[in-house]
Amino acid sequence: MLETPLIFDQSRPGRIGCNVPRCDTPEVDLSSVVGETRDDLHLPEVSELELLRHFTNLSHINYGIETGFYPLGSCTMKYNPKINEQTARLAGFANLHPMQPVATIPGAMEILYGVQSMLMEITGFSTITLQPVAGAHGEMTCLMLIKAYHESRGEANRTIVLVPDSAHGTNPASAARCGYSVKSIPTDAAGNTDLAALEAELALDGPNVAALMLTNPSTLGLFEPNIEKICKMLHEVGGQVFCDGANMNAMVGTTRPGDHGFDCMHLNLHKTFSTPHGGGGPGCGAIGLQSHLEPFLPKPVIRLSEGKIIADEERPQSIGRVAGFYGQFLMEVRAYTYLRAFGKEHMADISRYSVLNANYVRERLKDVLPPAHDRPCMHECILTAEKYKKEHGVRALDISKRLIDYGFHPPTNYFPLIVPECLMIEPTETETKETLDEFCDAMIAICKEAVEDPDLLHDAPSTKVVGRLDETLAVKSLDVRWWPA
Amino acid sequence: MPYVPHTETDTQDMLAVIGSHSIDDLFREIPANLKVAPGSLNLPPALDEHRLMAHLTEIASKNLDCTKLVSFLGAGIYDRYIPATVGAVISRGEFLTAYTPYQPEASQGYLQTIYEFQTMVAELYGMDLANASMYDGATSMAEAAIMATGIKGREKVVVSEAVHPHYRQVLATYCWSIGIDVVTVPAKDGVTTEWNAADSACIIVQYPNFFGCIEDLAAARKAADEAGALLIVVADPIACALLRSPGSYGADVVVGEGQPMGIAMGLGGPVVGLFACKKEYVRHIPGRIVGKTKELHGDKIGYVMTLRTREQDIRREKATSNICTNEALMALAATVYMIALGKNGMTQVATSSVRNTQYAISALKGIGVKVKFGGKVFGEFVVSLPKNATQVRDAMIEKGFLAGLPLGTYYDGMDNDLLIAVTEIRSKEQIDAFVSALQEVLA
Repeated sequence: MLETPLIFDQSRPGRIGCNVPRCDTPEVDLSSVVGETRDDLHLPEVSELELLRHFTNLSHINYGIETGFYPLGSCTMKYNPKINEQTARLAGFANLHPMQPVATIPGAMEILYGVQSMLMEITGFSTITLQPVAGAHGEMTCLMLIKAYHESRGEANRTIVLVPDSAHGTNPASAARCGYSVKSIPTDAAGNTDLAALEAELALDGPNVAALMLTNPSTLGLFEPNIEKICKMLHEVGGQVFCDGANMNAMVGTTRPGDHGFDCMHLNLHKTFSTPHGGGGPGCGAIGLQSHLEPFLPKPVIRLSEGKIIADEERPQSIGRVAGFYGQFLMEVRAYTYLRAFGKEHMADISRYSVLNANYVRERLKDVLPPAHDRPCMHECILTAEKYKKEHGVRALDISKRLIDYGFHPPTNYFPLIVPECLMIEPTETETKETLDEFCDAMIAICKEAVEDPDLLHDAPSTKVVGRLDETLAVKSLDVRWWPA
Repeated sequence: MPYVPHTETDTQDMLAVIGSHSIDDLFREIPANLKVAPGSLNLPPALDEHRLMAHLTEIASKNLDCTKLVSFLGAGIYDRYIPATVGAVISRGEFLTAYTPYQPEASQGYLQTIYEFQTMVAELYGMDLANASMYDGATSMAEAAIMATGIKGREKVVVSEAVHPHYRQVLATYCWSIGIDVVTVPAKDGVTTEWNAADSACIIVQYPNFFGCIEDLAAARKAADEAGALLIVVADPIACALLRSPGSYGADVVVGEGQPMGIAMGLGGPVVGLFACKKEYVRHIPGRIVGKTKELHGDKIGYVMTLRTREQDIRREKATSNICTNEALMALAATVYMIALGKNGMTQVATSSVRNTQYAISALKGIGVKVKFGGKVFGEFVVSLPKNATQVRDAMIEKGFLAGLPLGTYYDGMDNDLLIAVTEIRSKEQIDAFVSALQEVLA
């Protein structure tokens, strides 16, 4: 495939890529009404067809879930139904201004309230807010609620947040961003939270612990069977428990984190509820919480008042506002559409078949890539390529890069950090058995190549538009934009 | 269910390979008291696609959207022209359904568009570089302020009251949680002149500001220098196609809301935050940045997400930002927009907004409406009405207009003041009709 030149190199003075609205009001003397104007603007000038060819060609060298299987662990790359795109583009949703009076947007309120209500039922929490705009933003918002809660009780001394060593990197980062110091909690040999270590930590720091951030099922793909006990341990010392909801896909319709004892959780609607990832955003966060955290919710709160859905701004204990407006509204329209497509009858299919698919992949690959733990996995399986590293100098990353040659997107590598040469595979419920078999066949073939011809993997990928890229060079000689000549 | 393809045979075959007798068996580690039976949740029934579309269409029709009302409401989100190519490009599945480009060899298309996005944002703002996008304008500004406190080692930020109130609310929330003081300075006569910036990490000013007034960035730069603080400018990218760029005044960080560039208003989300800065701060920026590199074993160039050493997934609790997913698809929409309009089109959009605004101002003055702030404005302005602005706004809805934003909610003593925006898509006829409707409401 040919390299696509930068759009700046295709620019010719005088071309334009769209039919700009004509102005029919009188001309004005610009400098007298706006002051000094600029003449140094370097933006490309191309025709409309050139523009479309440019992006179409770029799309050909990009991989999406509609291109092929995307088993990126912890990312829940499921199918994004087309009907969601159609509903989100309805004029009555797309053309709403966030500061128009609430009385003029009853339909939008119905969507927001509807998504909240369905998510409350699915998670078991008494309240949901949709203002956070991404997963990490939701985590941070939960920690802010926890902080406000402790402060309201005169316990501002609670400055420690406990995070398991298997956690997503955003967990400690979110805690740090809320001014907390982070302590790591180890994972035991079976892959569960190390209860003895947790107990020791709480005995030491209990009165100063603000919260424990726990991912359930964990990033090891395992359900935490002691979850009720863990929540109880935290509550006994006055701490709160946050659930990282990145793995909610394993629980939808089967078990509810609100029933497990968690105080709050975030959801990634772009993972579990199929709003498209868009190449790294928009994400779509939401958070669920128990009633004791409700007074601190960010404003506005969409709730029922005397039978009407309102945007409540009268929240004296609120932490304030965490995003510009109502959150990712058009993503909520997509999530609403998706939730209504599954409904009461089919909701549990999400967790049931995603867990079936993950266990199937795990079983088919276990002889070439051993699972990190000998237990049923939830919606993703964690395998280790350690033996190929030790015996043949082939790393998990090499296996992943070789998979690109086979036409698949690679799984997640080196996460969670505690499993050596880790490959984290999340098939989701939307893939067929045939696709999973083709993928497993490819992985088995690659593991054979790793033994017979390791360099084939070191040099991979070899069939794509570019070969393995030098990421160190990108850091050393930083080039992050084009400059005009 | 079309999204879950398993037949009964598939399920049985797969369970046989796994060695489990049922799907339920796979959930055996979940304590029994924590399980709910499939189909037992209190949810509305499933809808087929036809009924689903009808249901959503009905809900959407209940809203008075901006195809039903002629909008003169701005305040940070604008009803602007969106070229057809934007929708065509961002609907392509290869872009729409991709994940974050962690595997660059399979994601060159997206990575190149982000490199182009970074270039054009930096160019509009007159800055050295821009990142790969933020959540929205408000969070982008809050992140910039927190970055400044890290760079300067100071725990106070100064913000003008003429910065968007919602942005300041987000700033207050973020700063409260991390222990930073926020000081708000006044904007008498619609522009900021008194910077009380001693000991602050940064001063934050909006350009044009929330009232549509064009702030004196040279004076803001001077005030920042005297305080040894960074200058953070919240800038409208459309205005920056016409006005002198914030970078040319020496801004250290320029942030903004990218929605006016090809993104539907969508009740304010998803939109895209813009973030640009001087090169010296590149290792402090929140979020992500894409850089150019070449092959390890060849000479072809390619693009990768870079500076991962400071990204949250590596530094964990030492991270200075927790942003992971950002707004790549919206950044792509803005990229298509900036290319479709190009240098001439963007200048034209900005100029048309100014012409329409000036026409609206003179027509309003013609019916005796008082423009509150006398200085230079871009695309938006405040009028002082003889009546309560909220009541006037509500009465204007009856006449088919979204008249603007009543400012009494946000500023003391401004109950009769209305913020009016006039974009490039408002016609002379619409402006004339708006002015006569307002005349009737005020009569």
